[in-house]
Amino acid sequence: MRLTCPICGERDRREFYYVGDAVAIDRPAANADAAVWDDYVHNRVNPAGVTRDLWYHESGCAAWIVVTRNTLTHAVLETELASAVKEGQS
Amino acid sequence: MGFSGWRVLKEGLTGNKGWAPHWKDAEPKSDYDVVIIGGGGHGLSTAYYLARNHGITNVAILEKGYIGGGNVGRNTTIVRANYFLPGNSEFYSHSLKLWEGLEEDLNYNVMHSQRGQLSLFHSDGQRDAAVRRGNSIHNQGDDAELLDRDAVRKLVPYLDYDNTRFPIYGGLLQRRAGTARHDAVAWGFARGASDRGVDIIQNCEVTGIDIENGVVKGVQTSRGAIRAKKVAMVVAGRSSQVAAMAGMRLPIESHVLQAFVTEGLKPCIDNVISFGMGHFYISQSDKGGLVFGGDLDFYASYAARGNLPMAEHVMEAGMTLMPMIGKAKVLRSWGGIMDMSPDGSPIIDHTPTEGLYLNCGWCYGGFKAVPGSGFSTAHLIATDQKHEPAARFRLDRFKTGCGLMDEEGTGSQHNLH
Repeated sequence: MRLTCPICGERDRREFYYVGDAVAIDRPAANADAAVWDDYVHNRVNPAGVTRDLWYHESGCAAWIVVTRNTLTHAVLETELASAVKEGQS
Repeated sequence: MGFSGWRVLKEGLTGNKGWAPHWKDAEPKSDYDVVIIGGGGHGLSTAYYLARNHGITNVAILEKGYIGGGNVGRNTTIVRANYFLPGNSEFYSHSLKLWEGLEEDLNYNVMHSQRGQLSLFHSDGQRDAAVRRGNSIHNQGDDAELLDRDAVRKLVPYLDYDNTRFPIYGGLLQRRAGTARHDAVAWGFARGASDRGVDIIQNCEVTGIDIENGVVKGVQTSRGAIRAKKVAMVVAGRSSQVAAMAGMRLPIESHVLQAFVTEGLKPCIDNVISFGMGHFYISQSDKGGLVFGGDLDFYASYAARGNLPMAEHVMEAGMTLMPMIGKAKVLRSWGGIMDMSPDGSPIIDHTPTEGLYLNCGWCYGGFKAVPGSGFSTAHLIATDQKHEPAARFRLDRFKTGCGLMDEEGTGSQHNLH
């Protein structure tokens, strides 16, 4: 698998650290309900198909990247800087 | 008809014409007391123990593919009970005891071979951890022996003892651990369940779970609707999809785990050996192939095939530990889909829906758990009470933070196990 870092271009998967579902960038408010935190930390849709997850370009530019890819085929559909995704949400 | 040495001899002398299929490929009925979704090792053993221990035989196993076609037929076949934490410790201890009586119980040769498993350590700190783990295993009543470097060398002389980075300091040996023939385990449980009246229904995909007023009523399948008083979801890597049909979102992420087999070789590796400085473990199958594997690829996947970085890591670890395998040619590799839980330990529990039960989260350790998991899940379904050895496999432990079983001590988070 190769991932395209929005800053560095297409790079080997080994340069990246996998964090998990991109839900990680939607951190609940500190005073949110326990059930909301449980969902955020533990519970996952875990789709068999297109998913969005968060990777860290550990051995490259240290950017956090949201990767849209297919879990059935390993095809990478889109990569975006997590900071850009976050800005788009706010 | 039962298997025996006499029977094998008789069939051998009469052209092997007396053998019949080991279990019945059933057609679905409209109504069952219990429907088990998933005909893998855990689903089959759940049905078997429902019939054997609780006399519940109006049971259907619904399998999307074919029996033995999933992870139960594709794994590295290791059976052990060397866990450290309460919860895991008593469960795997119980499961290993079931393994030890399994062939007699099933009247089926699952080729259970207690050849011993050796977990190596490579530093003083790792030795301390091994002593602690060994004591915990003893407290549970199971066996563990601490071997120093010379004793390990006597047992397995072919390792690289003086590797510059990872010299071998010793190992923790569990002699009762070993391997079993994975397909035979599936077939043996299928035969035992089928003989007691359980319907094993293949090519039957569950497409919906019928729930009315919080009570399960049955399932919709690719072969029609089936009513059931109780339904158990025992589907490993596909747990999230099946549970979603019941409106649940599980603490599960599905990952791919690779394993590898070489061409058949003369007997050379007598035990199961685990490297302590990188994820690598190896045994030799009865056909002669070296069977080995390593860590997850570490990204969510349902592709049933891995990527090269982990294949490379496993080969590197193998060559570091035992350079003698370098000339063996890898015949094939495969990737299985693992239902990873945040703390790396399993779940056997009720769900918020009455009559609906959940068995998942076996991570990369499901094979050795097959008898124990079925035993405990059957107990839960039949009595609605948790079976003592599996009582800590609670679904709500992530929500409450109480009773997490993080065996590796890395944290209770999805990307850490």
